[in-house]
Amino acid sequence: MPVVEEYYDIVVVGAGHAGCEAALAAARLGLNTILFTISMDSVAMMPCNPNIGGSSKGHLVRELDALGGEMGKNIDKTYIQSKMLNASKGPAVHSLRAQADKGHYSRNMKYTLENTDHLTLRQAEVSELIVYENEIKGVKTFSGGTYYAKAVVLCTGTYLKARCIYGDVVNHTGPNGLMAANHLSDSMRDAGIGIRRFKTGTPARLDKKTIDFSQMEEQKGDEHIVPFSFTNTEEDIKREQVSCWLCYTNEETHNIIRENIDRSPLFSGVIEGTGPRYCPSIEDKVMKFPDKNRHQIFIEPEGEYTNEMYMGGMSSSLPEDVQYKMIRSMKGLENVRIIRNAYAIEYDCISAIDLKPSLEFKRISGLFGAGQLNGSSGYEEAAAQGLMAGINAVMKVKGKEPVILDRSQAYIGVLIDDLVTKETFEPYRMMTSRAEYRLLLRQDNADLRLTDIGHEIGLIDENRYEAFCLKRKLIEEETQRLHNTQVGGNSKIQSFLEENGSTTLKTAATLAELIRRPELSYEKIAPIDDDRKELPNDVIEQINISIKYEGYIERQNMQVEQFKKLEKRKIPDDIHYEDVSNLRKEARQKLMLIRPENIGQASRISGVSPADISVLLIYLKMKK
Amino acid sequence: MFKEDTICAIATGMGNAGIGIIRISGSNAVDIAEKVFFPIRDNIKVAEMKSYTAAYGTICDGENIVDEGILLLMRAPHTYTCEDVCELQCHGGMVVMRKVMEAVVKAGARTAEPGEFTKRAFLNGRIDLSQAESVMDLIHAKNEFAVKSSLMQLRGDLKNVVENLRETILYNVAFIESALDDPEHYSLEGYPQKLRAIVDKLVTNVDNLLITFDNGKVLSEGIKTVIVGKPNAGKSSLLNMFLGEDRAIVTDIAGTTRDVLEEVVNINGIMLNIVDTAGIRETSDVVEKIGVDKALDYVDNADLILYVVDSSVPIDDNDMQIIARISGKNVVIILNKSDLETKVDKMLINSYISGDIVEISATTGEGRNELYQLLNHMFFEGKLSYNDQLYITNTRHKNELMATRNSLTKVLESIDMGMEEDFFSIDLMDAYEHLGLIIGETARDDLADKIFKEFCMGK
Repeated sequence: MPVVEEYYDIVVVGAGHAGCEAALAAARLGLNTILFTISMDSVAMMPCNPNIGGSSKGHLVRELDALGGEMGKNIDKTYIQSKMLNASKGPAVHSLRAQADKGHYSRNMKYTLENTDHLTLRQAEVSELIVYENEIKGVKTFSGGTYYAKAVVLCTGTYLKARCIYGDVVNHTGPNGLMAANHLSDSMRDAGIGIRRFKTGTPARLDKKTIDFSQMEEQKGDEHIVPFSFTNTEEDIKREQVSCWLCYTNEETHNIIRENIDRSPLFSGVIEGTGPRYCPSIEDKVMKFPDKNRHQIFIEPEGEYTNEMYMGGMSSSLPEDVQYKMIRSMKGLENVRIIRNAYAIEYDCISAIDLKPSLEFKRISGLFGAGQLNGSSGYEEAAAQGLMAGINAVMKVKGKEPVILDRSQAYIGVLIDDLVTKETFEPYRMMTSRAEYRLLLRQDNADLRLTDIGHEIGLIDENRYEAFCLKRKLIEEETQRLHNTQVGGNSKIQSFLEENGSTTLKTAATLAELIRRPELSYEKIAPIDDDRKELPNDVIEQINISIKYEGYIERQNMQVEQFKKLEKRKIPDDIHYEDVSNLRKEARQKLMLIRPENIGQASRISGVSPADISVLLIYLKMKK
Repeated sequence: MFKEDTICAIATGMGNAGIGIIRISGSNAVDIAEKVFFPIRDNIKVAEMKSYTAAYGTICDGENIVDEGILLLMRAPHTYTCEDVCELQCHGGMVVMRKVMEAVVKAGARTAEPGEFTKRAFLNGRIDLSQAESVMDLIHAKNEFAVKSSLMQLRGDLKNVVENLRETILYNVAFIESALDDPEHYSLEGYPQKLRAIVDKLVTNVDNLLITFDNGKVLSEGIKTVIVGKPNAGKSSLLNMFLGEDRAIVTDIAGTTRDVLEEVVNINGIMLNIVDTAGIRETSDVVEKIGVDKALDYVDNADLILYVVDSSVPIDDNDMQIIARISGKNVVIILNKSDLETKVDKMLINSYISGDIVEISATTGEGRNELYQLLNHMFFEGKLSYNDQLYITNTRHKNELMATRNSLTKVLESIDMGMEEDFFSIDLMDAYEHLGLIIGETARDDLADKIFKEFCMGK
């Protein structure tokens, strides 16, 4: 019987946010790549919230862009509202968030994929892994096709054996009623991969025509837009923005929930998967925080050409009639019509401690995992992993060292290190507090941190790289000049300082010292700085931050130095922890399970003490 | 976390030896020595001293002269650790050595982990491979011991105080982080001033702990224990049993009292400071009365009273006087001379005074294990604890407390400078981690857990 048989360098399974980045990276680096999706209509789909970015997630997107990923460019093309969160806080926690036109976002990404060389798109359900002697050889589809490849990247999202649940209604589908992938996880299990079950949820979508917005608070976008992509300027992407709306639950809403909590599938035990604590359903919030008499709910448009409105903060798996009752108890939603019900979704995923920091499976050479499959949650977390898995699949095929970002280089490094080092028992979400060196890992300097690496990988072209190098040079030169330029206490300077409510000078000071004063800035001291040249805003921003926060930044740099020392001490792959006498039992078990790549990673495993690390160091020294 | 910075430790025993040595090793050893040691002769500069030379001078902690002594400087790689090593030889004795240690720590060194000098020697190739196994054994054993003894000190109140401080810090960091993570949900409006008051109070609490440390360091580290009983009941035999048996004399503390011998013994890891008193009885003899008063003084301040009863003779008036003085306190009744015929009824004694009764023979050692078990049991039941006040006698703890204070002060500075809120959590987290080292907890994931637990997040 004739069958379809094709050969590729790289197979990517799943065309969500992880899969798109993985496939684009692989194809752009010149490898023949095929991207499978269960439905061509769900490429880069956003099945939950209609936005990209937000606290710490915005950082991930900026970093991804600096490395040559697509998400930042795609959201810049398709956003309908943009906001810099925490703008009044320190620069480390400024976070960009944009509302997306979901349909537009998805179509645009699909178009980009379709027009990328070396990339083939294919609608099919991948049902089987071809593994031979612990090496991946390719995949088979449910329709019988065989696709041989040198590396395979799994980005299956929430589709594996997915079940969507509300009340006692259980649909064996993926998100939005799309077909689930019911075969692949069995094949993975056969290949020795451990499978677990996670859960997440999404709120209802409402009909805009039936909402009384006069009862809600309007939430507008920012006047000044900061693009996600470092390749764009504000002018490039400026457009009319749409609003979101804020409303609240109330005591009646909470009573309805309490009265019906026994009809929740979580309560009845229908749902088995572990859900995230940071994204609780409204019923979780009401039961867990009984003192709160209201919760904020954001009504957000799903796009410009649709009446569907997303209910941020209101995910639920209560039965349909309860959903109606609780939503209609809210001000402005008394007459609302639900277009899509809220639901919880359960899916198969892996434990990421089975992966190396390159995102390659430890026990199956050439097989990579990214996104929700790895136990993360969020579009941005998925995209970041997808990019790294795609890059490292290419490195594998080319026989090169993998690209691994560490915790001092990027949120992406923090994300992946956490996933592969710490056992997480709920979907993992990025947060700025997870980054030890967050003053260094700012969204504004993602390009300074990562463009060199992106360029070396080959995803940043020469034009962009030259522009970047120029920016870096301008920052360095101007910062240097400000540190070296002294001003004395002459009458011009003193009266300038007085006018700006700043103490006058007793001895000479450098311009940098003046900029460091809270009431002054690079822009403000222009009248007393005659030698300055015209500089772009992003350059000025870097100058201000690096001077104003110099002390803190210096402190974190010193911590990073310590951190790097341990990261550099590699642990050989073939280490036998059984032979390391004097390790405590718990430490030995954890080390055998996680098999850290270096001493730094080992020291972050819970249950491994400093004494165990000492023992390990001595053992390694002995072996040399 | 494991670090490769400059470390220091007291290299000699903590007893009252004539000379004490504080050893410093690491790339900053010479810098640190220069900050604390000032040669008497002007022409000697510490930084320029040749390897294996010594200088005489004063050892200072900031402005204060702590001691005078000798600096022996050895440069890498020809040293025990193959790093720069400085040894400060000062006067012996706990108080002086601790002060020198404090000065060295303030100048930038870190208190060494158990076995860390040896470990560095090994890692730098100074010790040959055959010794490696024993080094690992050493680190392992010493760490086990350190964990144990550190937890011993941390029973009860101190641990609670530290945990409460951490809880307050973590809650506030979690609040800040929740607001940063979900700014549309939680507002930090007006929060800095609130936090200022909270951190002020934290600093006061840390200061109080530091003060108890300063009081505590001249005192012994054990449980204040007094042996009482009428003359010839066998008090001294009991003390000798403790001492002879375990070779457990850690040190005899001089200075606190001149006329009463105070011994420190270690019973299965529990430190007892034992005072043997003169017999307690009514007396008109002026000299004897001073002794009795002193004994009563000890009784009043003791954490544990070992009441020795001669079981070969019936309870008499003298016993009744003693019982009157000690009843209501933490008493263990020891029926000594169990090798002889018993003339004392246990029920009868317990009708006068409550407390566990153990029968021993201090001369033959019979019943000794039962006594030890009882003490052990009382300790873990919490009936027995180290001193009423929170004496933090461990230098490491004090260092961590000082570091905590330092971080908290930075938070106050940031608030006063009008820094943005996210800067507060960096220093608060540092304080949290320093406190964690005192109670042996290092996990950083606490924060995420706290955020999810206390604050309602969510899209």
